[in-house]
Amino acid sequence: MSGHQTYQPTNPFMQWLERRLPIGGFVYSSFVVYPTPRNLNYWWTFGGILSFMLAAQIVTGIVLAMHYTPHVDHAFNSVEHIMRDVNYGWLLRYLHANGASMFFLAAYIHMFRGMYYGSYKEPREVLWILGVILLFLMIATGFMGYVLPWGQMSFWAATVITNLFSAIPLVGEAVVTWLWGGYSVGNPTLNRFYSLHYLLPFVIAGVVVLHVWALHVVGQNNPTGVEPKSEQDTVAFTPYATIKDGFVLVCFLVLYAWFVFYLPNYLGHPDNYVPANPAVTPTHIVPEWYYLPFYAILRAIPNKLGGVVALAASIFILALLPWLDTSRVRSANYRPLFRQFFWIFVLVCIGLGWLGSKPAEGGYVIAARILTFYYFLHFLVILPVLGWVEKTKPLPNSISESILGKGLSAGASGSAAAKG
Amino acid sequence: MTATSAEPTRRDFLYIATATVGAIGAAATLVPLIAQMNPDASTIAAGAPIEVDLSPIAEGQVIKVFWRGKPIFINHRTKKEIEEARNVNVASLPDPQPDSARVKPGKDQWQVLIGICTHLGCIPIAHQGSYNGYFCPCHGSVYDTSGRIRSGPAPANLPLPPYEFLSDTKIRIG
Repeated sequence: MSGHQTYQPTNPFMQWLERRLPIGGFVYSSFVVYPTPRNLNYWWTFGGILSFMLAAQIVTGIVLAMHYTPHVDHAFNSVEHIMRDVNYGWLLRYLHANGASMFFLAAYIHMFRGMYYGSYKEPREVLWILGVILLFLMIATGFMGYVLPWGQMSFWAATVITNLFSAIPLVGEAVVTWLWGGYSVGNPTLNRFYSLHYLLPFVIAGVVVLHVWALHVVGQNNPTGVEPKSEQDTVAFTPYATIKDGFVLVCFLVLYAWFVFYLPNYLGHPDNYVPANPAVTPTHIVPEWYYLPFYAILRAIPNKLGGVVALAASIFILALLPWLDTSRVRSANYRPLFRQFFWIFVLVCIGLGWLGSKPAEGGYVIAARILTFYYFLHFLVILPVLGWVEKTKPLPNSISESILGKGLSAGASGSAAAKG
Repeated sequence: MTATSAEPTRRDFLYIATATVGAIGAAATLVPLIAQMNPDASTIAAGAPIEVDLSPIAEGQVIKVFWRGKPIFINHRTKKEIEEARNVNVASLPDPQPDSARVKPGKDQWQVLIGICTHLGCIPIAHQGSYNGYFCPCHGSVYDTSGRIRSGPAPANLPLPPYEFLSDTKIRIG
């Protein structure tokens, strides 16, 4: 942690508390004087946004839970009751549903930032893996939350996804029955999804604590990928990073509010306003937009078990990134060839997402197979090979040098910039 | 530093015995916590066998009943449909099974299937697809008039529920 200034409270209450539970000092060293690289750009603000969105989802979720009924005969109607009768219920519901989309949007940007700047590389491997775990928990939480309104999409998404586990050899059917608590998706399933949907966000919060702890131990990465070498390379977290995070958060909230107030159902599926009917399958079962790339990968493999394995692998492979990328250089700013492959990868992910929304027939299937193949190729072949063959640009000697230029940054102690 | 003696000590025994009892206790604690998720007594009771009267079902008609939350297709097959189901090289099927194994003896016209696509669980539509059997709209699996998979991503034929004939016009499913 920071060794800069220790917390010296002047307020008598804080002095009293600090001796008994040093939370003031903890906040001070972690979020006030914490040395932050001075060259962080706006892509570094999404961690703060994610923390806010987690809190927002928990708060809106808990108040929604005061009005929701987790029973197949009442769930759909209880959501309509929230929308129509509960004071500001419509607002809370739209905040929570659109909040999930905003949560995933921020998460994907946050992850792409990590991939571009090599934030997963040594010594941040554990930080990155904790992030992959957080993604997995988010996906599980979002899936179960979507089942709760018990609309057509809720029911059939639950049916499709729980059926995936029947692909497990030998025990598959038993696992599915155990998950369902019955012989098909029904009331026991809804009830347990409600319980776990309430639980997992707090598990996420716990892992976020580990994630931030892991971050603070190694320090943040920065756009050059060169670690801070002196005090000249860093600034205090407060006010610099705090205000930057706060500003971008407000802009993000404008986008969030745009959806909540003007386009509250745009990201959703109209079929979920039809009560669940086990006898009628909707013509196109599609998940919410943030699951579409994974859905495309699942459907691309013609074999059932193969599709499930590919789906799991597409998430799990992210955890191997620190070891698949063999380059010694962290940041794509100094890796011109990697940079091009990075943007191709981004386009592939967007392409997979688009294909996930299409019916699985004809040209769409072929395209999905090509893009799925490329997705895994990127991780398993392109990244390792790039590290070996790429000619990287020379790194700056320090963060200060990258901002101020070679001559000007040579004033402070410890800076390795040459004067002549 | 004492070298490890050849004889296990009383302390070693106590450690191992405690750990073993602890492990058994932990496993025993897990049993009810995991087992509670399996179908409960009321769900099992609701899944008791049902009887279905076949007399109102006209030839060529398919009806849907529910048993254990699953849709069951009962198809009163026409002669043409039975013939098309028989007239097939069984070995060439993705999931080889003769039609005779999918009906009760002497009751070729009555086909009872669980109407859940073996791919990802959607409900296929009857009298559709290139074999005029069943067609699943989700990902395009095509089943024939015997409910066997012919093309598409589904890996297996539409399964049969357990059922028996109580009389010529009544079956019990389950």
